[in-house]
Amino acid sequence: MLLYALKRFGVAILVAISVSIVTFSLLHVSGDPAAAMAGESASEEDIEYVRKHYGFDRPLAVQYVDWASKAIKGDFGQSIYLKRPVAGILAERAPVTMTLGALSLTFALVLAIPLGVLAAMFPNTIIDRFALTIAVIGQALPNFFFALIMIILFGVWLRWLPISGHASWLNFIMPSIALGYYATPAIMRLTRAGMMDVLSSDYIRTARAKGLKPRVVLFKHALRNAIIPVVSFSAVQLGFMLGGSIIIESIFSLNGLGSLAWQSIQRSDFEVMQAIVLTIACFYILLTFLADLLNAYLDPRIRVA
Amino acid sequence: MANGTIAKKLPSADQILEPSPFQLMMRRVLGHAGMTFGGGVLILIFAAALFAPILSPHDPYTQDLTKRFLDPVWGATGSWEHPLGTDKFGRDYLSRMMFGARTSLLIGFSAMLISGILGTALGVAAGYFGGRVDIVITFIITTRLAMPVILVALVVVALIGSSLTIVIWVLGLLIWDRFAVVMRAATQQARNMDYVAAAKALGCSTFRIVLTEIMPNVANALIVVATLEVAHAIFLEASLSFLGLGVQPPTPSWGLMVSEGKGMMFFKAWVIAIPGTALFMLMLCINLLGDGIRDVTAPENRN
Amino acid sequence: MAERILTVDNLKIDIPVPAGMLHAVQGVSFKVDRGETLCIVGESGCGKSLTSLAIMDLLPGKAIRTATTLELDNENVLDITEDKMADIRGNRMGMIFQEPMTSLNPAYTIGNQMEETLIRHRKASREEARDRAVFLLEKVGITAARSRLRQYPHQLSGGLRQRVMIAMTLMCGPDLIIADEPTTALDVTIQAQILLLLAELQKEFNMGLILITHDLGVVARVADRVAVMYAGQIVEQGSAKQVFENPTHPYTQGLLECIPIPGKTARGSHLGSIPGIVPSLIGEMNCCHFAERCSYASNHCHSAVVDLRPGFTNAHDYRCVMSPEQCADNLKQKVPA
Repeated sequence: MLLYALKRFGVAILVAISVSIVTFSLLHVSGDPAAAMAGESASEEDIEYVRKHYGFDRPLAVQYVDWASKAIKGDFGQSIYLKRPVAGILAERAPVTMTLGALSLTFALVLAIPLGVLAAMFPNTIIDRFALTIAVIGQALPNFFFALIMIILFGVWLRWLPISGHASWLNFIMPSIALGYYATPAIMRLTRAGMMDVLSSDYIRTARAKGLKPRVVLFKHALRNAIIPVVSFSAVQLGFMLGGSIIIESIFSLNGLGSLAWQSIQRSDFEVMQAIVLTIACFYILLTFLADLLNAYLDPRIRVA
Repeated sequence: MANGTIAKKLPSADQILEPSPFQLMMRRVLGHAGMTFGGGVLILIFAAALFAPILSPHDPYTQDLTKRFLDPVWGATGSWEHPLGTDKFGRDYLSRMMFGARTSLLIGFSAMLISGILGTALGVAAGYFGGRVDIVITFIITTRLAMPVILVALVVVALIGSSLTIVIWVLGLLIWDRFAVVMRAATQQARNMDYVAAAKALGCSTFRIVLTEIMPNVANALIVVATLEVAHAIFLEASLSFLGLGVQPPTPSWGLMVSEGKGMMFFKAWVIAIPGTALFMLMLCINLLGDGIRDVTAPENRN
Repeated sequence: MAERILTVDNLKIDIPVPAGMLHAVQGVSFKVDRGETLCIVGESGCGKSLTSLAIMDLLPGKAIRTATTLELDNENVLDITEDKMADIRGNRMGMIFQEPMTSLNPAYTIGNQMEETLIRHRKASREEARDRAVFLLEKVGITAARSRLRQYPHQLSGGLRQRVMIAMTLMCGPDLIIADEPTTALDVTIQAQILLLLAELQKEFNMGLILITHDLGVVARVADRVAVMYAGQIVEQGSAKQVFENPTHPYTQGLLECIPIPGKTARGSHLGSIPGIVPSLIGEMNCCHFAERCSYASNHCHSAVVDLRPGFTNAHDYRCVMSPEQCADNLKQKVPA
């Protein structure tokens, strides 16, 4: 188990390094980051100042090592617009996005897993059809459009829920649904397929032949095995949700990393953008790493070699 | 033996003339409700996009500030002059919708082609060669999956400016991951087949084996991923345009139209409902078609 | 008079399939006494596995089970509720399956899986259950039983897993054990060990045992009684001695010709084989099921249903229009003594 964890950790570190290189290069895709950062109306001197100030005149490798070694220590430089350390801004904004991500995933799982299980238990029945219909619709509905529909419906017409800000937990309901439902079809299909597979397995027949209660057969013996692939998949989905939070946060005026990213793009605040991309990517790596550990815990065939 | 019994034993014409593979396929396609619906609506959207310059009632760019936010034909201020109403500049909504379909489809298919070529090449290489090649490519795929697509696309577009071409390239270069993952798995499976070993034993070149032995056997998976990626690219374009960093005004794009309508949505919900529903229908139909192709080409793998 | 454990009378299993109704099992009757081993033999698809699942009420959802009588310990178990049946399963009758590699849940230790049976049926404590599991693991010949309890199925070989399955079935001390081809998936060297172990435990715990197999060598060693199944019907049934010494039904005779007998079968001679294939069981069949493959079949065989009837003795039934003597003559002519 320890060996497995160490191996996975090693891979995670390597991926993090390669992600940081890609993130670093992002700023250089335009050719001259100084010109892009100084803005369209900047004079030659302004651009030259930015270039000197950010050290864009140094060799790329030196710039990367400098940037990355600072980033490891949590120093992402200064925001050109807010004139404050980027790390501090991120720390302020991150909790909102993390909350949103966690709630969205919870919503997705709470909806998808029971539906998937039911669909697998009663294949080709009305329940199965219903679940499939939800999946097909969910997959096709653009989340920004769904968010706006919810705002009109629940925020304006019915006045049940607040439509912006993050004052109370009520503010998180619609954003979480808007961000989370997009993952439900895939999680549901995966749960259904896994459950169908497990339910027809020999060990479920054994469990029934032992006279175990249907509840025990379903939850202890079937779900435990069917859920294993869902774990890694959910981690990936949570990573995608954090990336997709930019749209939902800007619609619901939630002050998280997503809306910060959007504002920073408007302000050409690329130090912040870079830091956000790197943070979310690293968070994704961390999530998949944790999911692998959880999988190993759930599946003794990984844990006990 | 009486004549009657002999006649009874003779097979009917239908039994002798086995339906051709094409006929069989058509029967399956038409028997698949989702696929028939999805395909049918897609053909309509394609036609609307293709013939937009002929079919559209107005020029999608012509502004008329005296006719701002006219209702669609079923609304209070609606008329057949503008069947889907007008936007905040008085431009005909139906015409903009038809030209917007062009944007969506163009971006969807172009980005799918770019990502398809890139992802298939990587996936097939990883699956066929295995070993170190596989490790390196899998690592590249993992790195790509860790990068948040929308954020990266936004940064790049913000840095180098946004235009239709740039959006296509940025999306194309970002969403190849699923192609690579699926093609890698499919190739790994096909590689271990006896006919590939036979081709190797005959001394076929690697390129030839991949082209003539592997590709036909992974084609079904490829087509299914391709349809899903068209929908994915269309969704991403709409999202970028919605955030104001995709297709730039005044080019019509459904995502942009939702974004432009946001300010009016509390008073006139149709402003966002029309392009939003169109996006939903387009993605729904592409997904239905994709699911249908999967079911029809591999009926034993249903669900 | 031995104590009757199981009575099955006129058991039928029908499965709706796209082409019609598949009559998988057509009126099977047999009895098992305490301490007795009944072997059900037949080729794949003859309905023997379905019969065993039907007794446990574990048939797949679509299958329809009907019977005149299905009694365990003289208690009707045919129309009882699923809850009541679940109380019986694993408690008063247990089942051992064909595939030891996949019959244990990969996510739990074998200890956990063994203990849960006793905890479920006897409200035993974890410790009691563990002691019982250790006792039984030792009984089935597993060394260091206590430490094995903490192992996962994937850490054990196929033979060991089947021993665990047997021990698990014995947890509640059942009256009846049904073993559905328990050794088919195992190495030949281990097959005999497992079977002898099963027979030994059956005597020791004085249980009824239904052993389903297509291996007649196995039957000859452990069976008290034999039922030969063909195409959903029992075609011959009797004590092992009777069936092996006086095989009456042409199918049983054919089956016995297929196995070499050391000392009897001449080196280099041909083993028998039964030509043809098993008939489809979809739709009604108004003829002897074996007629298509039987070398003695007459027009009558192809047009009328044949019933099971007593052969040389009353306790030896067979399903053929020929008289027992005629059948015996057929066999004599075929195999020169």
